[in-house]
Amino acid sequence: MHPVRKQRLIYVLMLVVFSSVAILLVSFAMKDNINLFFSPSEVTSGKAPLGQKVRVGGMVVEGSVSRADSGLVTRFALTDGSAISWVSYEGILPDLFAEGEAAVANGTLNADRELVATEVLAKHDEQYVPPEVADTYHKDGAEKPEGY
Amino acid sequence: MDWTWFHRWGSPPWFVKNVTPWLKWLLLLAGLMLVVGSCWGLLIAPEEAKQGNSARIIYIHVPAAFISLAGYYTMAIAGAIGLIWRMKIAFWVMRSVAPIGAAMTAIALITGAIWGKPTWGTYWVWDARITSMTILLFLYLGVIALINAYRDVDNGYRAGAILGLVGTINIPIIYKSVDWWYTLHQPATLKLTEDSPIHPDILYPLLWMIASFYLLFAALMLANTCRHILLSESNKRWVRQWYEEGK
Repeated sequence: MHPVRKQRLIYVLMLVVFSSVAILLVSFAMKDNINLFFSPSEVTSGKAPLGQKVRVGGMVVEGSVSRADSGLVTRFALTDGSAISWVSYEGILPDLFAEGEAAVANGTLNADRELVATEVLAKHDEQYVPPEVADTYHKDGAEKPEGY
Repeated sequence: MDWTWFHRWGSPPWFVKNVTPWLKWLLLLAGLMLVVGSCWGLLIAPEEAKQGNSARIIYIHVPAAFISLAGYYTMAIAGAIGLIWRMKIAFWVMRSVAPIGAAMTAIALITGAIWGKPTWGTYWVWDARITSMTILLFLYLGVIALINAYRDVDNGYRAGAILGLVGTINIPIIYKSVDWWYTLHQPATLKLTEDSPIHPDILYPLLWMIASFYLLFAALMLANTCRHILLSESNKRWVRQWYEEGK
């Protein structure tokens, strides 16, 4: 390779490497802010701040959803497999919200570390199946594949 | 190694004369594949178990996102070749890809917002995937703006190529964003090394649409590159000859 071109190649590589390192360092430093939500373990361990707007995400615990007799208040628990955190929400839940599915709730933690949510978002998993196939999962009682 | 093919592709007259004859067939094929894929995805493929018919937007959203990333590294590599070898054609390719990539990124963001409302319950959320895709859109727009910002065209190309190269780190960040951070986006569905958790009836039309989008991207890129060559070389004799021959 011609020495001038070789030198330009080195400049280009240095440009890419150094700017990448800079950006990766910034995103590493901001790791906690880039995460969209706290997991229930982080809520119980006290990592999530009280009295501030936070999001908590996890799987909706089976059998935990209860609705108030009047009004639109719903209470449910989110889990990440090791901890549980409770959410209360007044409003209309998205269609895909269901027990055993993932959800992300946005609100403030009260003194009991229960999230008083102003917004609940449903999270979809990475599986895409036609309805008939989904039915056979339920019929066989087969284990749902990993991941949410 | 024999580098003659490389230098031949670097010659503007050779490029235009060898690309234009089959360009319209490539565009036609891409168009046909898109029509077939859309009918397959919208009419024949089954609906999704939980999301119903709204999941059919996957056949546009995912291919557009694929091309937005493929377009970016095409643009960045072309920019690097232009900077190192001072090949004009590389800069023309870079310039041609930028608006196509920007359009694909915008399509991915807009279809994503439309899909987000019925599925997640919101049009927009600042999760790592959406934020990094928005940055990608602004990188494309920045490259386009920089290329046009200089009175001297070559300086514009060099500045655009440098910005494009600085932004390359965004591409692996977009790919891995759903694994590195908690996002509202789900983890990757399409996997090369293991079984994808997607039913073949939904997977095959999706792969077909991705292939169609790649073909469309290639056709648009070649057409736009020819356009930029002809615009820049319009006062050269070969352009006049080529035009007279074609008439």
